[in-house]
Amino acid sequence: MKALRNYLDKIKPNFEEGGKLHAFRSVFDGFETFLFVPNSTSKSGTHIHDAIDSKRIMSIVVIALIPALLFGMYNVGYQHYALAGMEGTFWQLFGYGFLAVLPKIIVSYIVGLGIEFVVAQWKNEEIQEGFLVSGILIPMIVPVECPLWILAIATAFSVIFAKEIFGGTGMNVFNVALITRAFLFFAYPAKMSGDAVWVSHESICGLGGNPDVVTAATPLGIAATSGNVLPDSLSQFNWDAFWGFIPGSIGETSVVAIAIGAVLLLVTGIASWKTMLSVFVGGALTAWLFNVAGPDTAVAHLPWYNHLIMGGFCFGAVFMATDPVTSARTETGKYIYGFLIGAIAIVIRVLNPGYPEGMMLAILLMNVFAPLIDYYVVQSNISKRMKRLNNK
Amino acid sequence: MSQLFSKKNREVFSSPISMNNPVTVQVLGICSALAVTAKLEPAIVMGLSVTVITAFSNVVISLLRKTVPNRIRIIVQLVVVAALVTIVSEILKAFAYDVSVQLSVYVGLIITNCILMGRLEAFAMSNGPWESFLDGIGNGLGYAKILVIVAFFRELLGSGTLLNFRIIPQSFYDMGYMNNGLMLMPPMALIIVACIIWFQRSRNKDLQEK
Repeated sequence: MKALRNYLDKIKPNFEEGGKLHAFRSVFDGFETFLFVPNSTSKSGTHIHDAIDSKRIMSIVVIALIPALLFGMYNVGYQHYALAGMEGTFWQLFGYGFLAVLPKIIVSYIVGLGIEFVVAQWKNEEIQEGFLVSGILIPMIVPVECPLWILAIATAFSVIFAKEIFGGTGMNVFNVALITRAFLFFAYPAKMSGDAVWVSHESICGLGGNPDVVTAATPLGIAATSGNVLPDSLSQFNWDAFWGFIPGSIGETSVVAIAIGAVLLLVTGIASWKTMLSVFVGGALTAWLFNVAGPDTAVAHLPWYNHLIMGGFCFGAVFMATDPVTSARTETGKYIYGFLIGAIAIVIRVLNPGYPEGMMLAILLMNVFAPLIDYYVVQSNISKRMKRLNNK
Repeated sequence: MSQLFSKKNREVFSSPISMNNPVTVQVLGICSALAVTAKLEPAIVMGLSVTVITAFSNVVISLLRKTVPNRIRIIVQLVVVAALVTIVSEILKAFAYDVSVQLSVYVGLIITNCILMGRLEAFAMSNGPWESFLDGIGNGLGYAKILVIVAFFRELLGSGTLLNFRIIPQSFYDMGYMNNGLMLMPPMALIIVACIIWFQRSRNKDLQEK
């Protein structure tokens, strides 16, 4: 650590005003503050700091995402080998998934961080660290067959139009990763939905095979297209969906892996348990209501516990709904915000035959309402206290 | 003759096309800009229709401006605009039926276009017919310009064509290129209009708020 610090101190003058690498000042700055907590302090006013800053928060979220990512890689290989009807060792399966997912991560980081660096340099600001998390979230919420070039376009679109335009990290109204997914979903529906995109069907570097069948629907996709009789596998608790051995977006399938991340986020206090819990409560209640008195369709008959473990529900609840920037900030507001996300996601799944999955749209919709919820929570608090004052 | 094209009159004509554009600076007429710009052809026809209607309604109102009682001026303006819109709509149906089908209700809705009422109230009610005519043409063309830019990008990226001619070659599609479906949806028109506004404001310091 000491050697690294000394090295950074030695090369630092190159990046300062007049140095020969001044053009890369923001890049250097970004890496330096990423590696070491900056020792500069505020010069005026009263500030309260704790030991953690936003770069450290972002790193913990990335660490919390690692179990879901690793499992996602394994599952990509597992699904591919299953579709091709081949046997493979653990390392073959994982290696295949690794090679399929890695290019997406690289593309997402290069495009997103590239834009961040350019903007920071252009506006003469510090590099902002928000993309550290978005960059890993984006590849985890797309289907494995999503081509790299449309991933790059979507990432560029959402970093520019969902984030930089609003003023960069911390100012965005919408979750950046979900805007990427929404852009892909509406711009290239053929590559984002249906039953041919969830399992990769080409061999990579000699791993895997070339299956004749190329379609494998997600459980929710099956439920959405199976009329009004639910297949047996979906009408009881689905252990495959719980462990994650189902087709789906790369990181969203395994409840267990996501739960490990959730525990880490809750223990470190980064995500709010109120939001997370109320998303599940909202989803479970709504799904249960549809079970009891819903329309006569297969999705409405899907048991409420299966709704919660399938599709992007868990992933959205743990990593997207709790995004501190775009969610409600008042404590009461978090309950309302989370509950409505869960409820709307299930309503979209059940009542809109065009969209088998509703989590993305539910979270984006509630992102818009978060400030409104906060406003009314604050107002009601003010009027409550006003009443107390007047009654004295 | 020189008086007809005096500096002031040239200004009246050219300023709405760039510096005082009705769409990007005054942000008027956005709804129709969203609705008709998925393809280039209807956008051009719509732009021309609005230009013709704005120009002639400006002239008519300018001629009537001293005789119309102030209290009923809006109704008179609406009658004039409605008459012109009906004429244009009938002409389109007669000579460009396909486009008029694509434009559907939006030709009729030119009556409610804010640019028209804005120009009648703000300019034609207080200026002579010739100036009003130039102002109408200028504003119509300023509107048409934005529509054409938006439609250019939407048709090129959303359908791969321009004026229904294939621009993006088949070999691109064979290599895996795909049309961007979002471009065909109205929200993308808003984003493109926003980009034009962004571009224009970053080039003109006068348009930026302090």
